[in-house]
Amino acid sequence: MTGGFPQHAAGHVPVLRLGDVLLVTLQGDLHDSAAEQLQQDIGEAIAAHRSRGVVIDVSGVEIVDSFLGRVLAEIAAKAELLAAQTVVAGMRPAVAITMVELGLTLPGLRTALTAEEAVRGFGGTDPVLRTARTRLGSP
Amino acid sequence: MPEQEAAEQHGVPEREIGDFLHRRREQIAQRWADETFFRSVFTVSREEAVDAGRALVDALAQVAASGRVTDPEAAGFSQVREQLARMCAARSRAGLTPSEVSRDVAALRPPVVDLLVAELRDAPEQRLRERSNLLTVLMGTLRVIVMEAALSENQALIDRQRMQLMEMATPVIKLWDGIVAVPLIGTLDSARSQVVMETLLESVVEQQAHFAILDITGVPTVDSLVAQHLMKTVAAARLMGAECVVSGIRPAIAQTIVHLGLDLGSVVTRASLADALAYALRKLGADIVPPSSHGAGER
Repeated sequence: MTGGFPQHAAGHVPVLRLGDVLLVTLQGDLHDSAAEQLQQDIGEAIAAHRSRGVVIDVSGVEIVDSFLGRVLAEIAAKAELLAAQTVVAGMRPAVAITMVELGLTLPGLRTALTAEEAVRGFGGTDPVLRTARTRLGSP
Repeated sequence: MPEQEAAEQHGVPEREIGDFLHRRREQIAQRWADETFFRSVFTVSREEAVDAGRALVDALAQVAASGRVTDPEAAGFSQVREQLARMCAARSRAGLTPSEVSRDVAALRPPVVDLLVAELRDAPEQRLRERSNLLTVLMGTLRVIVMEAALSENQALIDRQRMQLMEMATPVIKLWDGIVAVPLIGTLDSARSQVVMETLLESVVEQQAHFAILDITGVPTVDSLVAQHLMKTVAAARLMGAECVVSGIRPAIAQTIVHLGLDLGSVVTRASLADALAYALRKLGADIVPPSSHGAGER
């Protein structure tokens, strides 16, 4: 399920492959070198596996700065060029408020409540529509 | 030599006042119990008033003995601070202003000074004046403490009420599976907007809501600050993966927003809470049918 990746320094963020979607889970601090490496890894993984989407799970991120906001935007732009959609999933309220206060509203970036929902979204047309249908349909 | 003697004598007048208060404790407490400050608080039993008076005299005696008559932070006062706060609270509940309370406290001084004068009748005038000045200073410090207590009591009341207002002001309602709403009522300031934003976003996570409706039907005016907060809330909800709908913008407010030149273009708006709910349900894939054909719908 995971693409084999070479040895990396501490703080390295793995890129997991789930079908034709890539899953990246950010935890805690993201250092400059790790962010650089992550952007490169994602680009290579999309090209290698012809992935349709990238899900970035930020539910483990508690503190955010402008750097992380820029990294997210850059990953999205890069993925877009490689014809893959980027979805940011599970952002905490405090992080969302800080991002907005910093003026990083990430326009054009897709978002989802949870990573599960984001991944499921790539199976159909619209993540919200799909999950809601199944929920409303069940008694 | 006289200077050295004076230095040795330093603190003695204070100690003498302390002794005096200690000795006359019972008499002072009895007299104070008849003063307004005590009488109006301890209406049920006089014994209680005398007890409170005794505690206060003890505290004053201790402060005098420690020689810190001008220091409101003196150790002796800490024991009576709470009791004074309680008495002040009772007085302000009765509708008294701080200055009236202050006058009541000032009335506690004459009985004590009278006792001191009576005791030092035969002493040299210089000594009497010195002692009575000291006692007056001590009573002045007591007054400062009472004022402090009265003000902090009022502040605590305001804080408590503000908290209650905050709690009442921001209920998050779950309208449907995946739809939450906040009906905002009353004027929004930035502190309240912040609370609204936080509670709404928290409930988005809690309820796993895809839609959050901000209903501003009950908001009388919208200024640029409030509008900015609304935009921030909408943007933050979007970052979390939920969609925010603003409903209940009244014509006057719509006009204000246009006059202010604010661009709410990126925000989904609906005329009423009902419209917003219908929009959200439709987006969730539910069918809304008119009542004439009821029963045919999904719910």
